[in-house]
Amino acid sequence: MAEYKGVLICGELLEGQLASITAELLGIGRKLADDLGQELSAVLIGSGISPAAQECIYYGADKVYVIDNPLLEEYLTDSYVSALEKLIREVTPDILLLGQTSMGRDLAPRLAYRLDTGVTLDCVDLAIDPDTKLMQQTKPVYGGNAQAVYVCEAKPQMATIRAKSMSPLERDESRKGEVVSFDPALETSAIRGKVVDRIKEEVVGIKLEDADIVVCGGRGIGGPEGFKQLEELAQLLKGAVGATRPPCDNEWVPPHYQIGLTGKLVAPTLYVGVALSGSSQHLAGMSGSKNIVAINKDPEANIFSVAHYGVVGDYKKVLPAFIEKCKALLAG
Amino acid sequence: MNLIVCVKQIIDPETPAAAFKIDPEAKRAIPPKDRPLVISDYDEVAVEAAIRVKEAQGGKITVLSLGSQSATEVIKHCLAMGADEGILLSDPLFEEEDRSITAYALAMAIKKIGDFDLIFCGRQEGDWDAGQVGLGIAEILGIPSVTPVKKVEVKDGTALVERVVADGYEVIETPLPALVAVSSELGVPRYPTMKGIMMAAKKKVDTWTAQDIGADSTRLGPSGAKVKMLKLFIPVHEAKCEFVEAESPEEAGANLAVKLREAKLI
Repeated sequence: MAEYKGVLICGELLEGQLASITAELLGIGRKLADDLGQELSAVLIGSGISPAAQECIYYGADKVYVIDNPLLEEYLTDSYVSALEKLIREVTPDILLLGQTSMGRDLAPRLAYRLDTGVTLDCVDLAIDPDTKLMQQTKPVYGGNAQAVYVCEAKPQMATIRAKSMSPLERDESRKGEVVSFDPALETSAIRGKVVDRIKEEVVGIKLEDADIVVCGGRGIGGPEGFKQLEELAQLLKGAVGATRPPCDNEWVPPHYQIGLTGKLVAPTLYVGVALSGSSQHLAGMSGSKNIVAINKDPEANIFSVAHYGVVGDYKKVLPAFIEKCKALLAG
Repeated sequence: MNLIVCVKQIIDPETPAAAFKIDPEAKRAIPPKDRPLVISDYDEVAVEAAIRVKEAQGGKITVLSLGSQSATEVIKHCLAMGADEGILLSDPLFEEEDRSITAYALAMAIKKIGDFDLIFCGRQEGDWDAGQVGLGIAEILGIPSVTPVKKVEVKDGTALVERVVADGYEVIETPLPALVAVSSELGVPRYPTMKGIMMAAKKKVDTWTAQDIGADSTRLGPSGAKVKMLKLFIPVHEAKCEFVEAESPEEAGANLAVKLREAKLI
């Protein structure tokens, strides 16, 4: 009977560098490992990725497993699930963490079923229960209306973390650790499917997730024309434009504008929500915003329960006046 | 083609936050009295995806739902949209809200149905937001899966699937049979026609129990659950909103700008 020990995080790379989620995983991984008195390891999967391994150590890992193989150059469910499965069976970690990303949301459930364990996706908090020593996993449910805390007795205990919900450690070049190569002996015949094309959406201007100021429109905007005013305001304030799900589903704006539980997560210094009700699904994507401003003609709109500043009124009348005054104040 | 869609009936996610209540003992949300239960958003888009494939390739769509008898309404809605047959999976042993149990039950039901080319489900359920059951079904059946998906086309015995990623999408070619977990980017689900509703009303929805699907009872019920819920709670929002007062909406807009300037936010 294998002994399950240690915390293992599955990191991701972006153009050869650690993706921000990796540092966040190491941050929470370090905390859990320290609470358990165990080791923190990381695994990186890909092709030509070895140089990034040391970075994992600088961000808190004691050990880094590198699974480097040309077959793993692109993410494919079968190859990555198989590679990680082989490592887990060899290393038998107590806890396995991934990011709630394109890769994580696909890899984690299949891997959990294959390992006959459970997984909780999109966690915003993870902590060790002082009595049971099990990992308590907290995640938003009911579109963000409530939160649930889960625990799993099967091993490894698995969770994916929501981006930007956990803090990375300070990068420390004096940290020491071990880098180990791992060969999962992949069988090419077991890899079903392939990526035949990749289309990148044209993002003009500032990326939504990185913007310090976000202007967001909802169903109440009524159509694509109304969004032109939001674009004007965003340009004036040097911010980015986003939308809730209805404008995206109705194709008033491109899909990558969506802020919400299954869209982008934003946490800007200033968020201005125009003609949106503030559904829990949307709040899940922006409730981390530092200062929330809402304009809506419905005084009962849910967005006002999280807003710091609010105007109850028709955006068609409020917004132009707001923009004009902003122009005057910024010019002066 | 044999197409299968898995759908779930849930509390309406559009329920206003003020009306949303939970039972902390039972660890469930309390269905609001004045709001009907609905089909989970993404599952409805999954039905739409299946109908599009059926329109292009021909075939039959079977809708499967694991739930209580009231879930029959949701199955009928899918039949009215254009699905051909519906089956309800209902059994006290299925009631444990655990992904392993749900995936196992649905997978066993699909095995009982027999041949299938494509299984469709929503990318995540509108209540627990886990997004695992579909992938679990694929893993148990030993078939490839793609998630989250915005387009499905079938060509020469394979599926060409557009998979949503952070900054765009990938086109994945996957052999059949396969499972796709559908996202709202696929499009708005069609409204049932009057004809569809009338035809659906005449159709019988069979109910299958754990025994009917030949399920191993040790994989169901509390002993089959891998993950246990310790607590369900509603987090308290602390922000207090400062409403900008004015004589007119235009004045309010201007006053808002001044306030934000004073707060050094713009």
